[in-house]
Amino acid sequence: MTAFAAPPLRPTRNSIADPIFRTICFFAATLLLAALGGVVVSLGIGGWPAFHKFGLAFFTSTTWNPVTEVYGAAGPVVGTLITSLLALAISLPIAIGVAVFLTELCPRVLAGPLALAVELLAGIPSIVYGMWGLFVFAPFFALHVQLPLMMSAAPGSIWETLFAGVPNGANLLSASIILSIMILPYMAAVFRELLRTVPPQLREAAFGLGCTPLEVVQSVMLPYVRRGSVGVVMLGLGRALGETMAVTFVIGNSHALPKSLFDSGSTIASTIANEFTEATGEMHTSALVALGFVLFVITFAVLAVARLLLAGQRQV
Amino acid sequence: MLKTIAAAVGAVMVMGATAQAADLSGAGATFPAPVYAKWAEAYRAQTGVGLNYQAIGSGGGIKQIKARTVDFGASDKPLKLEELNGAGLFQFPTVMGGVVPVMNLPGIKPGQIHLTGGVLASIYLGNIKKWNDPQIAALNRGVALPNLPITVVHRSDGSGTTFLFASYLSMKSPAWAGRVGASDSVEWPTGLGGKGNDGVAAFVKQTIGSIGYVEYAYAKQNHATYALVQNKAGQFPAPEAANFAAAAAGANWAKAPGNYLLLLDQPGPQAWPITGATFILVYKNQANAAAGEGVLKFFDWAYKGGDNMALGLDYVPLPAPVKALIRKQWVSQVTAGGKPVYVSR
Repeated sequence: MTAFAAPPLRPTRNSIADPIFRTICFFAATLLLAALGGVVVSLGIGGWPAFHKFGLAFFTSTTWNPVTEVYGAAGPVVGTLITSLLALAISLPIAIGVAVFLTELCPRVLAGPLALAVELLAGIPSIVYGMWGLFVFAPFFALHVQLPLMMSAAPGSIWETLFAGVPNGANLLSASIILSIMILPYMAAVFRELLRTVPPQLREAAFGLGCTPLEVVQSVMLPYVRRGSVGVVMLGLGRALGETMAVTFVIGNSHALPKSLFDSGSTIASTIANEFTEATGEMHTSALVALGFVLFVITFAVLAVARLLLAGQRQV
Repeated sequence: MLKTIAAAVGAVMVMGATAQAADLSGAGATFPAPVYAKWAEAYRAQTGVGLNYQAIGSGGGIKQIKARTVDFGASDKPLKLEELNGAGLFQFPTVMGGVVPVMNLPGIKPGQIHLTGGVLASIYLGNIKKWNDPQIAALNRGVALPNLPITVVHRSDGSGTTFLFASYLSMKSPAWAGRVGASDSVEWPTGLGGKGNDGVAAFVKQTIGSIGYVEYAYAKQNHATYALVQNKAGQFPAPEAANFAAAAAGANWAKAPGNYLLLLDQPGPQAWPITGATFILVYKNQANAAAGEGVLKFFDWAYKGGDNMALGLDYVPLPAPVKALIRKQWVSQVTAGGKPVYVSR
């Protein structure tokens, strides 16, 4: 960052200002690192009693019993991964569609308002999504999606297992759909910026060769932004992993391993949000902090994988 | 690109109310927060003394008073005498509430279904699976019970309401006590969890054949289809303010060490069986006499003139004899430098 310092027009003054500027920038950067390190360390210390007491069982057991103080996080961990990945799978094609439409196909008059609308979605607080999900989306989903699917599933088929559950809209799939709506604006906005980085010469050359818009997008633009789109995916995944309030309202909050798409489940973030305020026992608090640590590790792993993928693609 | 991301990050964390220039500070349970706020407003108008109450949850309230960062803590769950003595704390009740089972059954009117604690426990254990089960039918002769599966709804967040409900089921059902037990959150054998009273009520409303439990004020304001639960006297009282008060009046506060009293399954023909009070925690030995006196003066004032404000918010005030007993305990138990900080007037 220090390379951005102004050229030395008046050397006498800058010889004082420059070192100060460097120091400030250095401290700003280290402060951030120190804060990050502090979070990791305090989560580790707070969660240590739980990790120490339950060991590997903390990750494999689905028992979450505040009365006997036995905690296993398999349910929330699996729930977090399933909802985030499902949300990503739903959201990614739509985000690409939105971005391509806005940059390529949309009439100029519409492009501005549409882009604004997408970005407005990102400004809605997550609690509002949660309440909308609970009072509006869940009943609609139960009546018009869940019930028909459950009733049309042939007895004994895999669909019957997949669609089993209580038809009230509080389940893994509706949580994933709410999540996908929440991460969509971020992904679409970044994807649109990415598509704009495609050099106009490339596009125009492709059109000049007689490509249709589909072919231009498919063979020129998407390959060009392939590297950056990994970042888009990870951005969406990172946000989905940590999303709390909206999920808490519609996921049904059961600590067991989910058995179907329409089963209730829980995520790490929803479990912490639910139980932290009233957790009086030492081990209960520790188990929740340990959950926080696990979430941190998962998020970190996602970022690390993204970096690796990016590095791999750079060499191609 | 960074700009877009920055612009898009719009999540807003709603923090608790920031501290004004307040003379008294307290923290804890969320359940009584509305009535404490109402009292504080009226008290400030009368006396000029403000109260800064942070509704951070009972667990947080207990931690904060133990860390001596507040003048008083508040908890929906009373502490046992050993824990109080260990920390040098004294606790007293302020207002009461009750837990009411609510249902979604087509064609059934509020109060039409009668249940016992044992049957309620079997439902929540997942042993009774249908509404026309013989055990429910035996309590409801003449009621056309539908052949519907029962969907159990419970709180997902840790809550004093859950503590009361699970404690009651533990009292009435050895199977529940052995398998689940009682706490702010428990390992539910079946069913789905809604966040807060709203969450439970919404799931019950959306699921035909469901049963849930909510705070009395919530059941009342939403005109929910409630079930009647048999009390110790064998009666089925309605969930009404007078019947919660009856539970508190019938309870033997004088013989409850450290005021540890759950008001569950109390004697008296009118007593609603799942009733509970919410509690205040203060130090027995006050380091700061003025702050200690301020807290007790505030609650003395609330005992005297706060009943109507509490009733207006659908809380149940304590019966007069209980208040008189608590005032005596203030004099005998809460001191600063060996002298009582509260002088009864």
